[in-house]
Amino acid sequence: MTETATTYPSGKETGQAVRRKTSLLKTDALTRRRNAAETRFKIYGVVAILIGLFFLVALLYAIFSNGLTAFNQTFVSIPVTLDREAVEKAEASVVKTSGYNAMIDAALVAELDRAGIATDMRPADLRKMLSSGAAAQIRSFVLANPGRVGQTVTFDLLASSRVDGYLKGRVTREALVNDRNLDAAHLDLVDEMQTKGIVEKRFNMDFITGSDASDSRPEQAGIGVSMLGSLYMMLVVLFLSLPIGVAASIYLEEFAPKNRFTDLIEVNISNLAAVPSIVFGILGLAAFIQFAHLPQSAPIVGGLVLTLMTLPTIIISTRASLKAVPPSIRDAALGVGASKMQSVFHHVLPLAMPGILTGTIIGLAQALGETAPLLLIGMVGFIASNYPSGIASGFFDPNSAMPAQIYEWAKRADPAFYERAWGGIIVLLFFLMTMNIVAIILRRRFERRW
Amino acid sequence: MNIKALLSATAVASVAFTGAAIARDQIQIAGSSTVLPYSSIVAEAFGENTDFPTPVVESGGSSAGLKKFCDGVGENTIDIANSSRPIREGEIKACADAGVTDIIEVRIGYDGIVFASDINGADFVFTPTDWYKALAAEVVVDGKLVPNTATTWNQVNDALPNQQIQAFVPGTKHGTREVFEEKVMMHGCEDSGALKAMVDGGMDKKDAAKKCLVLRTDGRSVDIDGDYTETLARLDANKAGIGVFGLAFYENNTDKLKVATMSGVTPSTETIASGEYPVSRPLFFYVKKAHIGVVPGLKEFAQFFVSDELAGPDGPLAQYGLVSDPELAKVQEAVAAETTLTH
Repeated sequence: MTETATTYPSGKETGQAVRRKTSLLKTDALTRRRNAAETRFKIYGVVAILIGLFFLVALLYAIFSNGLTAFNQTFVSIPVTLDREAVEKAEASVVKTSGYNAMIDAALVAELDRAGIATDMRPADLRKMLSSGAAAQIRSFVLANPGRVGQTVTFDLLASSRVDGYLKGRVTREALVNDRNLDAAHLDLVDEMQTKGIVEKRFNMDFITGSDASDSRPEQAGIGVSMLGSLYMMLVVLFLSLPIGVAASIYLEEFAPKNRFTDLIEVNISNLAAVPSIVFGILGLAAFIQFAHLPQSAPIVGGLVLTLMTLPTIIISTRASLKAVPPSIRDAALGVGASKMQSVFHHVLPLAMPGILTGTIIGLAQALGETAPLLLIGMVGFIASNYPSGIASGFFDPNSAMPAQIYEWAKRADPAFYERAWGGIIVLLFFLMTMNIVAIILRRRFERRW
Repeated sequence: MNIKALLSATAVASVAFTGAAIARDQIQIAGSSTVLPYSSIVAEAFGENTDFPTPVVESGGSSAGLKKFCDGVGENTIDIANSSRPIREGEIKACADAGVTDIIEVRIGYDGIVFASDINGADFVFTPTDWYKALAAEVVVDGKLVPNTATTWNQVNDALPNQQIQAFVPGTKHGTREVFEEKVMMHGCEDSGALKAMVDGGMDKKDAAKKCLVLRTDGRSVDIDGDYTETLARLDANKAGIGVFGLAFYENNTDKLKVATMSGVTPSTETIASGEYPVSRPLFFYVKKAHIGVVPGLKEFAQFFVSDELAGPDGPLAQYGLVSDPELAKVQEAVAAETTLTH
């Protein structure tokens, strides 16, 4: 500011007299304008940040207010008598699980009777309060523990999505007027059962570890299997795109001659990074499924497609971090007699590693959240229902991925799936944030400045 | 470099994995998003009740599913295509060209198409004629075709409320659109006498019939290419709108939607089964016979699907909204005998 003041005397003689009297402490019109412009600019910046923050908060609020309920689920605990005769009869029928419904009916009636809750509802109607997966749950228990047949076992059975929605405030009595799956009378029963401790809402681990369920039982659906699908895809992406990407960048950055051809390649890599991901999906369908005959809906194909998508990101960030290593390092290495390759692998690459890893993790996080290419290779639908039986099966058997599963849930008719879609977003966000935090830590710990 | 990366990735893929491609043990199904819920309910039950793994069901639409189905025979082609309309001649031919010659057609039941509006809105009693008069691009006035200028429902029928015409109809890639055109627009065109007036006015019969199905493009009728959830979201944003839904979707969202009657009949599984409710269509799945015995459990799955316990009137599919096929026994016989399409 002193400098500005001292430059004034060089002006015209007439103005000088006036200006000379001004001091630094007294701002003139020009300074005021410049200061005002600066203040305005700062305000724009703050407003921009506030708008961004507002949207972030609104988004997070929407996600958590809609999704947190998915982690709780309503359970009905009732003692079920596993009558030997009834079990044998059920196992002899075509649809074995439905044979277990009679046992559930009897158990429900007995439990309501014991708790002193009077009802004139038919047992089959009472069962509407339970998930249609309840019979399957009892059957799989019987298959796993044949020795318990003939005894009475207390099961925590899932309540139906409507009952669960009632306890979560989503379903009201008025909403059930035209509903065929549940009546308001059921809700009165649920109220009573809740006070007696038969119906209880609690944390549902199955949402995180479970498999997808069909449209008729949203209460049973979980994101676990598609999480494994995402994991196997990320393994493929990591083990293909990291070596290929790093090798390509090192060659281009350190060894390749600079000519028109390498310039062209460079421009193309930047362009590829901007190609819409669905294009990679179409390419994947044509190259990997129709040409290379890899299985459909398999994480291996998803991983290959996402590798193609992630490669440009990794190459660009790797090249940037190689460029950031000062030439003096290379010169020193070459100066003491190292070969070009030794200088790269012993000196340049270790110094560039934090940047490369950061780029890779960010590329992986991007790939983890990608849905569009998976649509085309058959990873969206009712797919994530079988746990992979081993490593090979994890790569080759049909599976979905977390974002694809979320998309699928958001499309389904029962509003209960909507809540699970939001819940799935929370799980996915958790993964993305963990990966980004790892990237930040790596950068902080290993980054060097020159 | 990108080409190199691409090539190397493809090379790695084909060298390392084609040889290792293992025999598939799940059934793979793709196709209609209308059939998807039913298919997934059966797939889940199939996985629980048998030693076979749970089949995989993809969505994507009837046409996309049948196209995949007709890709050929072998491990990496699907076994079953779900469809909300019968397979077309052209598709059978495309299948045959790719080596898929023996196709088993299985009709699983019927699905109703309902017209619904916001739960707090006015009641609607529609006839196909109302829809034709409200949504056709051009209507006949005094024997001449003029652009449709109706803006409120009571302009097309005094019995309807004074509400802006705003319809959300399925896009052309949906099988539902075909049914909407055939069962609503076409009937409306005939019932209102518009078809006859056009033919009398000197138009070719085929051209006139085509004209009946053209929807107006001034924003009164909006094509929805997504799923019913998108239609529902549109209705939520525009409370005056009327949406076209599947019966099962409506039954899962009765707290948000009010269903309209068509020709005086309220849609329900009962009125659709009896044939009173006019807008319904059969649902199908198609099985590749060449895969029976190769993909484990394929025939068992088809038989399981149409068993009385599942597809019957008291089964879980009917519970979800499928109108059970009155001739289910015949379908079961055909599946057991592996009767293929003749053409």
